[in-house]
This record gives sequence, C-alpha cells and structure tokens, in this order.
Amino acid sequence: MTALVEVENLTIRFRTDEGVITVVENVSFSLNKGEVLGLVGESGSGKSVTAKALMHLNAGNVLYEPGSKITLHSGSGPIDVLSLASPAELSVVRGRAVSMIFQEPMASFAPAITIGAQMVEQLLIHTDMGKRAARKLSIEMLDRVGIKEPDKRIDQYAFELSGGMRQRAMIAMALSTKPALLIADEPTTALDVTIQAQVIELMKGLVDEFGMGILFITHDLGVIAQTADRVAVMYLGRIMETGPVRNVIRSPAHAYTRGLINALPKLDDLDAPLTPIPGDIPSPLERPSGCVFHTRNPELAPGSRYEREVPPLSQIGPGHYAALFPEDVQQQTAQGEAVTS
Amino acid sequence: MSAPLIKVDNLSIHFPLGRRIIGKPDVLKAVDQVSLSIPKGGFFGLVGESGSGKTTLGRALLRAAPITGGSVRYDDGEVAYDVATLGKAELKDYRSRAQLIFQDPYAALSPRMTVRDIIAEPLELMKLTKSRAETDERVREIASMCRLNLEHLRRFPHAFSGGQRQRISIARALVCRPKFVVADEAVAALDVSIQADILNLLKSLKRDLDLTILFISHDLSVVAHVCDEVAVMYHGVLKEQAPTRQLFANPREAYTRRLLSAIPSLDPDQKLSDREVAVE
Repeated sequence: MTALVEVENLTIRFRTDEGVITVVENVSFSLNKGEVLGLVGESGSGKSVTAKALMHLNAGNVLYEPGSKITLHSGSGPIDVLSLASPAELSVVRGRAVSMIFQEPMASFAPAITIGAQMVEQLLIHTDMGKRAARKLSIEMLDRVGIKEPDKRIDQYAFELSGGMRQRAMIAMALSTKPALLIADEPTTALDVTIQAQVIELMKGLVDEFGMGILFITHDLGVIAQTADRVAVMYLGRIMETGPVRNVIRSPAHAYTRGLINALPKLDDLDAPLTPIPGDIPSPLERPSGCVFHTRNPELAPGSRYEREVPPLSQIGPGHYAALFPEDVQQQTAQGEAVTS
Repeated sequence: MSAPLIKVDNLSIHFPLGRRIIGKPDVLKAVDQVSLSIPKGGFFGLVGESGSGKTTLGRALLRAAPITGGSVRYDDGEVAYDVATLGKAELKDYRSRAQLIFQDPYAALSPRMTVRDIIAEPLELMKLTKSRAETDERVREIASMCRLNLEHLRRFPHAFSGGQRQRISIARALVCRPKFVVADEAVAALDVSIQADILNLLKSLKRDLDLTILFISHDLSVVAHVCDEVAVMYHGVLKEQAPTRQLFANPREAYTRRLLSAIPSLDPDQKLSDREVAVE
C-alpha cells in the first residue's frame, strides 16, 4: 500500500493572551489509500487541530514547530502542506485533494443559498467542469448518498432537509471533487443513532468504491470500532496508543485506552460498573511533565519514570504501538495474550 | 413497586402551526396521548430520537410546557397536585419540589456569578431560607455532596471543566431539596470518562437524597446502565414502557429493536449491517 499522507513530528502551539500553549506535541502517523484511520480522544486532545493542520486551516495565532512535516501524496508528486502559503497553492489541500466534513451539518451549509448552488460553486472552483456538467454531477452524487428525488432536493435550502439528509448532502458535496483524502470531524456526533448507522454504512461503502483515505475523528470508540481499520488514541496532544482497531480495542496496552473503554456503558453487560478516569483534564497552561497522562493514571506508583520522562512509542505487536517504556511492554503483552487466548 | 410519584394520563401537547382565517390551524402533536407512571424513588429513563417529544414531555411534567389535554398527577406523600391546574401559590411550592438539570453546562451557568451565588440563587428566589448564614450552610452541604470544595464556591464558572460545571449545575438543581428531578440529556455534552463520573454521582445522589429522577436521553446504552425503568418515545407517541432489563433483553416494539441495533458495537467484528439496520 502507498502512503497518502505522512505526518511527522507534528507539534502545534497557539499564542494566547495567557501565553503559548501546546496543543499537539510530536505526533506522527500515516494514512494509506483506501484506509480509514480513526482519531479518538476527549475534548482538548488536539484531534481537530491535527486534522485542520492537514488543510492548513488553523487560526492565525498558530505556531507550527520547526521540524513538523505533513506530506500529501496525491497524483502530481508530494506536497509539503505546511509550506503552502498563497491561496492558489492552498486550494489544492482545501477542497481539491482534501475534503472535510464538519460536525454540525446545519452550520456547514449557507442558509440563504440552495444546496445545489453551493455544490456547483465548489465544483466550478476546484475542477474545470462547466456549470451544466457540475449540476449533473451534483445530482448524481446526491443520488449516490441515498437522497431520494435528488433533482428536486438540489434546489432546496439546508433548512428543508432533515439532519441525516443534510449530513449526507455534506458528504455528497465533499466527495464530488473526488478527493484523495477525506477528513471527517465528528460527522455523526450530532445525529441520532439510527441515522448515524446509515451514515457509517454509507461512508464505508464509499471508501470501497472511490478508494480514498479517510481520517475519521470522533470521541466515540463504538463508532471507531465499526468504521476504522486503524486507530490512534490521543490525549492532550500526544498519541497514547495506535494500531489495528481490533488489537487496540481488544487488548489495549495503554492505561488511557483502557480507561476510555471502561468508562463506556456496554449493552451486553448492564451490571458492569462505569469507571470514570480519575481526575480532570489539566489546564493547557499547566501541561504535565513526562507522560501527559501520569496525573490521572491510576496504575502508576508515585515517583515513577512517567512523571519525569516522556515515554517513547514502543511496539506492542504488529503495527501496534503505545506510549510506554519498554520495561512495561513485556508485562502488557503477557496480559494481552492472556486476554486473547 | 412503590406508589407512583408522577402519574401521566393521556397527556397531549399540541402546538399550533401558523394561523388560518377560516377553520382551525394545523397542529403539531409534540406529545400525543401519552400515559405513564414514574414510581417513587425510581430512576426512570425516557429515550427517543430528536423530535420524538421527550424534552417537551419532561418540561410539561415541570409545568414548563403548555398542556393541551390529559392530566399529570404529582403525589409525594406530603402533598398531591394536579400539575396542569396549579394555582400561583401551589406552583411556587411545586417549583421547589420538581427541578430540572440542563444538558449543556456551558450555557446553563451565568458567567458573571460566582459558583456560590449560582447555587444559592434558587434558595433566595424562592425565599426558602431565613438568613444568609442558613443559605450558606445549605450551599456548602449540597456542594460537598456534589464533590465541590469550599474554594470552588468563590470562583466563576469559566474556571471549571465540563464535568465540574455539570456538578455545579446539579448542585443548583438540588439545593432546594426537590423530590423530583428531570435530567434532560444531562450527560450528552460530556466526554465518556466524565459521563461515567456524572452518572455515578447521579446514582449516589438519588440514593442519599431519596430522589426520583426522570432521565431523558437519546443514548440507550447510558439509559441501560442507570435506569430501572425505560419508556421509548417516537414521534410524540409512547411506544413501550418496561423495566430496563426486560426492555433490553426482549424489546416488544419493532422501533425499539431498531434503536437497539443501531448502537455501534465496541466489537469490530459485530458489524452494524449484521444487525438489521433499517434504511428509510
């Protein structure tokens, strides 16, 4: 498989009135063609900021640390995303090679312009299509995502569509430019479960059909289990654990991943107690030293290495890494094997 | 089962849609002929998708939505009220007995009041305490039950995280010692780890303060974990009401089954499509 996006040592800080805060620290991952990578984490984990960096969409007070590198391989050779500056260069990652679906489908469409006009407009900007062809393609895409009577729907406004339909129209719009990479930022969070299930099925079908790569951002591990091939778990801007979705969810190596899973209500075991992760997320101004999670990790003894040193991403299994010191990995694998066997 | 604290009979809430010159305007039946009873001391779940009328029903029980038809009876052993026809003095008393916890702890707290003032406000508005000292005593008592310390009380809401804010919001709702609490999507805006924390807190408060909670949620797995009884609503109609275990083990209505099957499983090999996802 060929890499579509490579993110290396990405560190993102923001200048604020209270000082410079670190939001993403030393994050590296890659995404292949036809693959769905899930990015999970609580609010404040830096997952949306990471995604926006791929489209160079972060606010003006952003600082990318020297050494951070995002490379996009689409068609005409590698593109160094963070070095793009002019609007013409940026349009490649904003809509042409990369598309994004946002969380709130109501807020992502302009309310006073029809759905169709918005879909056609972006096709005119990003492709060399004419108006008529663009409209034809838009209707075709609406039909593809399962909207009935697309030739009527295209002339309607966002308020005339239901939540699920709006999100599908958003997906149709994002896919109509045939992007190589689709970023979906909490695309199902605002939807009801039944509609969420439809949108998940739809997106999986489209990956198979178009062969694009999807970066799927969510806080819901259940959604990740159903959609992603690989997953990266983020906490306070660092990747805590990453690997194939089965391995990470079935035998999580990092205490944070286990904490997330234990906090989740499970339908097949109603008597299981819900165990919250102890403590609160620290303020971004008081970023913990060492492993950022050590302040809330119930499994650590006081005075452990994690309080002072940043643990490396150690290999747990094939493609499966966790932010642990090597001496803890052995023990983890033994446990993991015990669970799976 | 203990006597019902709230008994709802054929409750309807209709909203007129526009005005007509001749004839009656169309109505939106937000809640249509719903009957249910909430046992005293129960943790009662009300689930449904957006637009199913669950919030409107919850508000009607608090007399915060207009009741078109039917009745809501409240009986806590001390007093009994017909909620739809409360007089002014009775309504004031009812307000101290029935309270609401809001969904979004970021919007529910005034940014210009200290946490102490936010929690004390219901006591002061309803004149439930005689002196400032008594108010402070009550505020401190409920704050410690909601795991807020004295130092927190002097600060403003912006200094708190989502989970802490929801605890403040809960303390405010409980400070007037209500018997009945409606929690409308009280954990929907929170991260999973904080959600677990707030759910555990609600459970222990219910036990310690002898509360009856109506827990409104769109999330069936959350409801399954905290509630003893569940009602399912769809398009303003009550589809099914049953003890939690029974409902999840053996849902009678096709709609309930569809809701259950749409919940994404943590097991990557148990695909959604295997579990009869109906596509409209």
